[in-house]
Amino acid sequence: MTFELVCFYFFATVAGIAALSVISVKNPVVAALCLVLTFFSMACVWLLAQAEFLAVALVLVYVGAVMVLFLFVVMMLDVDFTAVREGFVRFLPVGVLVAVVMLAEMLMMIGVRTLQTPATADPALLAGMSNMEWLGHTLFRDFLLPFEIASLILTVGLIAAVTLTLRKRTGTKIQKPSQQVRVRREDRIRLVKMAAVKKGEVAP
Amino acid sequence: MITLAHFLSLGALLFCIAVAGIFINRKNVIVLLMCIELMLLAVNTNFVAFSRYLGDPAGQVFVFFILTVAAAEAAIGLAILVVLFRNRATIDVTAIDTLKG
Amino acid sequence: MMLDKYILLTIVLAPLLGALIAGFFGKRIGRVASHSVTITGVGLSCALSIHVLYQLVWGGAESFNQNLYTWFEVGSTSAHVGFLIDRLTAMMMVVVTFVSLMVHVYTIGYMAEDDGYERFFSYIALFTFSMLMLVMSNNFLQLFFGWEAVGLVSYLLIGFWYKRPTAIFANMKAFLVNRVGDFGFLLGIAGVLMWFGGSLDYGTVFAHAQDPSLDMASRSVELIAGHPWHVATIVCICLFIGAMGKSAQVPLHVWLPDSMEGPTPISALIHAATMVTAGIFMVARMSPLFELSETALTFVLVIGATTALFTGLIGVVQNDIKRVVAYSTLSQLGYMTVALGVSAYSAGVFHLMTHAFFKALLFLGAGSVIIAMHHEQDMRHMGGLRKYMPITWITMWIGSLALAGAPGFAGFFSKDAIIEAVGESHRLGAGYAYFCVLAGVFITALYSFRLLYMTFHGKERFVVDKVKQHHGHVDHEHHAPGHLAHAPNESPWVVTVPLVLLAIPSVVVGFLTIGPMLFGDYFGNAIFVREANNVIGELGHEFHGATAMVLHGFTQAPFWIALAGFGTATWIWLFNPSIADKAENALRPLHTVLANKYWFDTIYQAVFARGGLRFGRGLWRGSDAALIDGAINGSASLVDQLSALVRRIQSGYLYHYAFAMILGLILLLGGSWWVFARIAA
Repeated sequence: MTFELVCFYFFATVAGIAALSVISVKNPVVAALCLVLTFFSMACVWLLAQAEFLAVALVLVYVGAVMVLFLFVVMMLDVDFTAVREGFVRFLPVGVLVAVVMLAEMLMMIGVRTLQTPATADPALLAGMSNMEWLGHTLFRDFLLPFEIASLILTVGLIAAVTLTLRKRTGTKIQKPSQQVRVRREDRIRLVKMAAVKKGEVAP
Repeated sequence: MITLAHFLSLGALLFCIAVAGIFINRKNVIVLLMCIELMLLAVNTNFVAFSRYLGDPAGQVFVFFILTVAAAEAAIGLAILVVLFRNRATIDVTAIDTLKG
Repeated sequence: MMLDKYILLTIVLAPLLGALIAGFFGKRIGRVASHSVTITGVGLSCALSIHVLYQLVWGGAESFNQNLYTWFEVGSTSAHVGFLIDRLTAMMMVVVTFVSLMVHVYTIGYMAEDDGYERFFSYIALFTFSMLMLVMSNNFLQLFFGWEAVGLVSYLLIGFWYKRPTAIFANMKAFLVNRVGDFGFLLGIAGVLMWFGGSLDYGTVFAHAQDPSLDMASRSVELIAGHPWHVATIVCICLFIGAMGKSAQVPLHVWLPDSMEGPTPISALIHAATMVTAGIFMVARMSPLFELSETALTFVLVIGATTALFTGLIGVVQNDIKRVVAYSTLSQLGYMTVALGVSAYSAGVFHLMTHAFFKALLFLGAGSVIIAMHHEQDMRHMGGLRKYMPITWITMWIGSLALAGAPGFAGFFSKDAIIEAVGESHRLGAGYAYFCVLAGVFITALYSFRLLYMTFHGKERFVVDKVKQHHGHVDHEHHAPGHLAHAPNESPWVVTVPLVLLAIPSVVVGFLTIGPMLFGDYFGNAIFVREANNVIGELGHEFHGATAMVLHGFTQAPFWIALAGFGTATWIWLFNPSIADKAENALRPLHTVLANKYWFDTIYQAVFARGGLRFGRGLWRGSDAALIDGAINGSASLVDQLSALVRRIQSGYLYHYAFAMILGLILLLGGSWWVFARIAA
């Protein structure tokens, strides 16, 4: 058992427990924090696979941005979380069953092709460059157009998120100076002529 | 030595936890979204592992794109959630069945 | 010297232009402008037609045969718009445009009170265009275009008073009966295209037909295996079926009497002088084809002879003044067809021309009477009109004399020539035809003079309601039959001038033209007759000028037969009107047969109309409603039921869909694991 394997098992265990907490804790804030932990552990696992750039990106994008967004939304919305947790116990057996069956199947799939492939030398190092350089060469040469499209998708996502949540409030009181200046006497007051009547009397 | 199977098994484990999460948290949209993020993480792990063991940078490029799309998806999903809550005052998925046939 | 093609184009297009202006802008430009523009167009056309005829006959111009425009080309076959102008065409053009012009002028008076005034002018100008396209064509397709176009205008005009149910029935009937004929015609044209050199051009087809090396006369084809038929016979009979529809030959004649529902001017123009003679013209034009088949000509002969005699007989018992003239037209068309049947094409066309003048005259005269009688058409309510309307009376007499064949009048020359040609012919069926045409002469005289006597002579059988006159109320529709708001009077000059102008050729045209037209070389190459069939040539040996023919005519059988008819008519309807009723009772069965028009209408109504209706209803119920609707409604309800089942799956809950996806994923994983495991093992 090498040091790397020990590290792998450690991070894998942390990630697994954190993920289980994500789906089982009552408080969504705690769940979000557990998700952060999962992501962080997985970033460490990725490091073990020599994917340094992606590991850092995962921490920056998810832990730094997306998870903050989650927390922000969770805290902003006044959600009654006890109500939405109804049926948690009722569906637990089914969920566990499905998950276990699936896991078993997947592990069997992994076992069919003897994937006990040992780690070769880092391909990036074989090519004589760092992981980031190795990735960058591919990304900006072979995948340039998808890269541009991805940037477009991000822009569209930004605009969509803004427009979705943008709200036009009715009944807000604002001043319109141009209208105030142009106002005429007839707009404000109307003189009505009517016969004087006593209470209970019907007007002629 | 860490083998490919180690990574793949970890990915499978995370994926199944996410599936179970979808099942038991069927009413809470926020947790549902989190579970989807977990699933994507599991898939990404597989991509990274294959890229590493097959020596092909394309796998890592794919992870890059998936991160991009997942970030956009999370942003829009949360935006929809906010609008939904504003309109219905709940995030209970069982209360949302307008598309019932 | 060539004819100028722009002149020819002007002849055709001037009436069309008039028709378009009057048709589309009639209401905007008003009545006077409408009739001015159409009359100008037709008048220009008429003047130029006379010019063309003059050029061809005296100016030494050659026949014009040229394609002006290519309509379309399909493979090696091409369709053109082109003109073939020879003397036959030129004669037709003059007749058509002249009669049309007269009718246009006449219409100003006849339709003066009608709401559809501008529409009417548009139609008749359009008709003139169509008819000119028909006669001036140099190929079969353009001929067919003109053929259908005149049919269309005829349909529109018969149903001109579209609020009358009878008019709508009549125009539908004319349309349907003509479809039968046109179907044959179209088949004939297809046969021409198939067997006569693969072209629709007259010149090519006729050259192919006359090429001795091809010997088209004896070429046959097996349409049904083992039964060889003569190509020429099939094609000619098919073409002639077209002519039977258009020229109203038995048994496709039933539409013509009913077409009298239309206004009288079009009865004169379309259903007497021009359109119905299109069939005659067509057969004369196709003489190189018809000469190839003795069988087809016999067919033509028998049909023509039957029409000539038996439709004339019906005319004797009719009381509607227009219907008498209509049946007379049928009978005369029969004469023309007989002439075609004995290969005396020039005699047929000659009779066509003279008939156009005097029959148009008779119709317009009848129209004049109808105006005077405030749209009363029943001759039993007329009588003694001669003193009220002398011009109409005299011109009608002239027309009737010409029709009956009084020596010297136009009809005499043409009809006599036909009768003698039939007598000369040795074709199968010529004996029957000779009997029919001779008997027809008697019948013609009988109904012609009956019409004159019942209308213009004898006692007045109408009553003039003096009371209504004081109110100045002229709405004639509300009067009982035979009651008039005021005494009949002579029609205005726009009506009488055309009568006089038509009366003149009715008298002289035969005398002037019989020499060159029948026995000279007027037609030249336009009409082709084989040496063995040349009955007109035979007659030519005995022809010594028109005057001699008139004198000789007094000694011939037709004259005495006509005189007998005249005498009988005079005796019965002028002096002893009661005999008519007695004869009617004595000959009750015969009268019944004639009054029912040999039950043609009844049979067609029962067999074709009702049978077609029943067949259609059967198809509707059996095939459409049960089969097709069943299949369509069935598939619709199947989809409905299926989707009612499937919609239960759509719960609308997100987690249901997620569950379905995950279930699928599990199955997929299990499946692929099973497959991989087997491969590994």
